[in-house]
Amino acid sequence: MSAPLAPPEAPYFVDFRDVWLAYNDELLAQNHFAVEGIDLQVRQGEFIAIVGPSGCGKSTFMKLTTGLKMPSMGRILIDGQPVTGPLKISGMAFQAPSLLPWRTTVDNVLLPLEIVEPYRSSFKQKRKEYEARARALLQKVGLAGYEDKFPWQLSGGMQQRASICRALIHEPKMLLLDEPFGALDAFTREELWCILRDLWTEQKFNVILVTHDLRESVFLADTVYVMSKSPGRFVVKREIELPRPRELELTYTKEFTDIVHELRGHIGALRKAGAVINQ
Amino acid sequence: MANNKKMIERWSPWLLLVAVLVTWQVLCSAFNVSEFIFPSPARIGSQFMEFKWIIAGHAWRTFWVTMAGFGLAIVVGVLLGFVIGSSRLAYAAVYPLMTAFNALPKAAFVPILVVWFGIGVGPAILTAFLISFFPIMVNIATGLATLEPELEDVLRVLGARRWDVLMKVGLPRSMPYFYGSLKVAITLAFVGTTVSEMTAANEGIGYLLISAGSAMQMGLAFAGLLVVGAMAMVMYELFSLIEKRTTGWAHRGSHGE
Repeated sequence: MSAPLAPPEAPYFVDFRDVWLAYNDELLAQNHFAVEGIDLQVRQGEFIAIVGPSGCGKSTFMKLTTGLKMPSMGRILIDGQPVTGPLKISGMAFQAPSLLPWRTTVDNVLLPLEIVEPYRSSFKQKRKEYEARARALLQKVGLAGYEDKFPWQLSGGMQQRASICRALIHEPKMLLLDEPFGALDAFTREELWCILRDLWTEQKFNVILVTHDLRESVFLADTVYVMSKSPGRFVVKREIELPRPRELELTYTKEFTDIVHELRGHIGALRKAGAVINQ
Repeated sequence: MANNKKMIERWSPWLLLVAVLVTWQVLCSAFNVSEFIFPSPARIGSQFMEFKWIIAGHAWRTFWVTMAGFGLAIVVGVLLGFVIGSSRLAYAAVYPLMTAFNALPKAAFVPILVVWFGIGVGPAILTAFLISFFPIMVNIATGLATLEPELEDVLRVLGARRWDVLMKVGLPRSMPYFYGSLKVAITLAFVGTTVSEMTAANEGIGYLLISAGSAMQMGLAFAGLLVVGAMAMVMYELFSLIEKRTTGWAHRGSHGE
């Protein structure tokens, strides 16, 4: 797999070399792996999407990338460094916004800064500055005027925006999203696609988006990977060469739907092979 | 219209109380029930007024003894709850034993406590404590142990230690459970004190009940019961007020969004 945009000797930002993971020693002894032989090279600032049937190890893959799990075999380098433990340079958001109901929206966004260094030690002195940053970020995602409301006073889409702000407040180099828009209605979802696109265009962090929604993956990502279930492997890599900036109208063009159909074909083939799919 | 309904709802407990008292009085008068068997509300009222200073003295004793036992229950319940809620091993080890202990009738401890501490304040405080710490412990532990795995991942990846997660998420989350448990525990604590005073004290409402009963002063005994009930209810309402003030986010349904 060579990256056409980067010179070949440039180090990859995310570099998986033949990574295998079994959840415990017993499963390892039985050769029962959650993910198998993952080889993945992601350039600095690349937006990748991972699609596949549920239970195919997408979440396991996220845990490996953030250092919450160590591989049983193989090697993972992130930003040129071998992964040895939880990676502070990553921000995560999930399908459930999981905001804390006793904190206002802006305090929820500030939570990571109370925990992660170097912000943690200077949090008390620089609270004003950090709060201004959180407010600016919330305004950028369209939550101006809701900063001091409690999460339960916001709609599902707004909560998810706040959750993404929380993942980005410590300026991570890598954003991991696990089906972040799965629980939203179609219109809100498309709105949030554009917000994510704009944030990424501006800050150029790496994004790893796990999703069931093929249109979402094609609209947002530079590269889409299709994962198979048991064994959890990457079976297809599809570069999306649609020009940027991409507007929502693009999703109604023939080129766009052709790519979606092609990916759908791959998933269909996996399904015939006996895997269950959940869309 | 809606306002009217709310008014009725607010006053409904008082209306019911009045209705019960009136029915009670009417039945006692109509069937001419002996005041030694089942006193009428009027008789209870007159005995209450007659012995109000004596009742007040015993009530004060029961009140502070209950509060002492309850305070002890909060301290021990919170500490134990914190330990078993934050460690799986401690949870596995302590919980089954605690459940077995909770199943024991606390009144059965009173004779043992009398042997250890003698007649008086000691057994009453400890009975109130023994009967009321369990719900506090369980609720703190539950609040701490129920944490969304996603949120834990979000924090762990940032390098959060267990302590951070407990202080930032676990403890605030368990607060509504904690206040909820206080409401249950305070009423139990009154039960504990009164039961203990009945056999192991020379003072307190429990003692008053027994001595009034043996002197066939049924009006006085009922007046004593009334006072315990009133004290427990006032404390319950107090904790439910504190609960609403401090953890309103957990009760948003009740007063609109």
